[in-house]
Amino acid sequence: MASTDIEISQDPDAPTEDNRVSAAAAESTFAAEDDSERITPAIEFRDVHLAFDDRKVLDGLSFTVAKGETKIILGGSGCGKSTTIKLVLGLLKPDAGQILVNGEDITHYTEAEMMRVRKNFGMVFQEGALFDSLSVYENVAYRLHEQGIPEEDVEQEVRRMLRFVNLEDAIDKMPAELSGGMRRRVGIARALVGGPTIVMFDEPTAGLDPPTARTICELAIKLRDLEDVSSIFVTHEMNNVEYLSREFAAVNDAGEVIFEQEGERLCLINTKLLMMKEGNIIFSGTDEMLKKTEDPYIKKFLRGH
Amino acid sequence: MNIAIRSLLEVQETSLLVWRAARRLFRRPTYFNEMIAQMDVIGVGSLTIIVLTGFFTGGVLTLQTFPTLKYYGAQDQTGFLVALSLVRELGPVLTALMVTGRVGSAISAELGSMVVSQQIDAMRALGTDPVRKLVAPRLVALFITLPLLTVAADVVGIVGGGAVATTLYGQSASTFLSSVRYGITFDDMIGGVIKPLVFALILGSISCYKGLSTDGGTVGVGRSTTSAVVTSSIVVIIADFFLAKALQVILDMPGT
Repeated sequence: MASTDIEISQDPDAPTEDNRVSAAAAESTFAAEDDSERITPAIEFRDVHLAFDDRKVLDGLSFTVAKGETKIILGGSGCGKSTTIKLVLGLLKPDAGQILVNGEDITHYTEAEMMRVRKNFGMVFQEGALFDSLSVYENVAYRLHEQGIPEEDVEQEVRRMLRFVNLEDAIDKMPAELSGGMRRRVGIARALVGGPTIVMFDEPTAGLDPPTARTICELAIKLRDLEDVSSIFVTHEMNNVEYLSREFAAVNDAGEVIFEQEGERLCLINTKLLMMKEGNIIFSGTDEMLKKTEDPYIKKFLRGH
Repeated sequence: MNIAIRSLLEVQETSLLVWRAARRLFRRPTYFNEMIAQMDVIGVGSLTIIVLTGFFTGGVLTLQTFPTLKYYGAQDQTGFLVALSLVRELGPVLTALMVTGRVGSAISAELGSMVVSQQIDAMRALGTDPVRKLVAPRLVALFITLPLLTVAADVVGIVGGGAVATTLYGQSASTFLSSVRYGITFDDMIGGVIKPLVFALILGSISCYKGLSTDGGTVGVGRSTTSAVVTSSIVVIIADFFLAKALQVILDMPGT
């Protein structure tokens, strides 16, 4: 590995296969860096405060989620994680502060204005929140039906999305017939219809068995690395953090999606962590930094005792 | 927050909900299919209980009034009394109460369950306004079907009254019917249709509001359903009194 690097640096003009690929990759990376659109964060919170009656839920929350970045929000129950997501979607309004989506200040938007902004969003709810009275097909097709898109296009898109979450067989089932993990995956398919650029996951793996939880994390990784989606991933499970901040998705020569661990060759920089406690951010940084922290609360959270 | 302020706040919120539903009724997308489905559930689905209620209410009215009228020698007026009671009061009020019990509770429970299972949030997140998609079609369906159900209850009630008068008291059907025709005026019929329109608004808006303002999980759904039925029933009965007085003045009926 190291010898290859030295070889390239010694003779940059050598037209080897490896060199050509990395030059193209570098070019696209710099093109992305130069794109002013990408500099604007996908989501930005500026000193956001929120209280329900006398109880403070968020106390001056400030953070940004860059384009293509996954922000994992960690924290115990009731620390304001889900509330943060609801604020981004405009389902709740802050008492003070500003919330920006793609540089647009949505803090004081009316419900009608928010409807337009929400077209950029996909939201995966804790229990899936599927519409009980609609079949899997109708649930996933919901957004497209609302937009009045022709049925044949709708079916094509719904099948594509269900294939993405590996559930095409369940297309005609009702939500009550699905297991918890399947409901979550249908919820993800429904959130991804229409190609949202920002996706929010609200504890998508809570209460699921480890393999299903892993599948859901893989979906989030695929979205991040292959679809350039920005996301907020709320969780309190450390194995989710491990998957999301250590692994990346790539497409191999056979066109299959593969998952690889970051290592010496590649260090993931598109996943950051945020830890909340009682409406405040107590940590912000990478997973490596989180593990090295000396904060007793965080240490206890990571160890579990 | 004391109970008076809370009640006032609820009245304000319910009124705002109706206003929002009415304002967005004609904007695209219009949920026409949803309205038809709701009319089927609310209107056609309630027909059986309304017919039964109407028939036996008309019957018991004859049963109770015929002997009294006979005491004064006015038994020929039974049809008049039964029809007037039904068209002016019992038809609209009993229909509204029966529909509150059957439909108001269902609306509140359905919307409440959608709130606690985050389906309402999901709907908003997917870019649909729940007021337009869920509240407006239910209000429109109630607005159209409640007067129709009331008319059905009135007609069946008169038939029930006639059946009791002819079978139990031996009155001829023609005497009963001519007394009905003599007793009811066009104004009574107008009043009998205006009332259910107001009741539809009351029970629809209260049930939808209670459902959408549910909190506290499944216990909360039970609480909001009970509250929807109790509040709607009481408000319907109170509103009936004031409506009766208002209609007397507006339609210049006897009693003003």
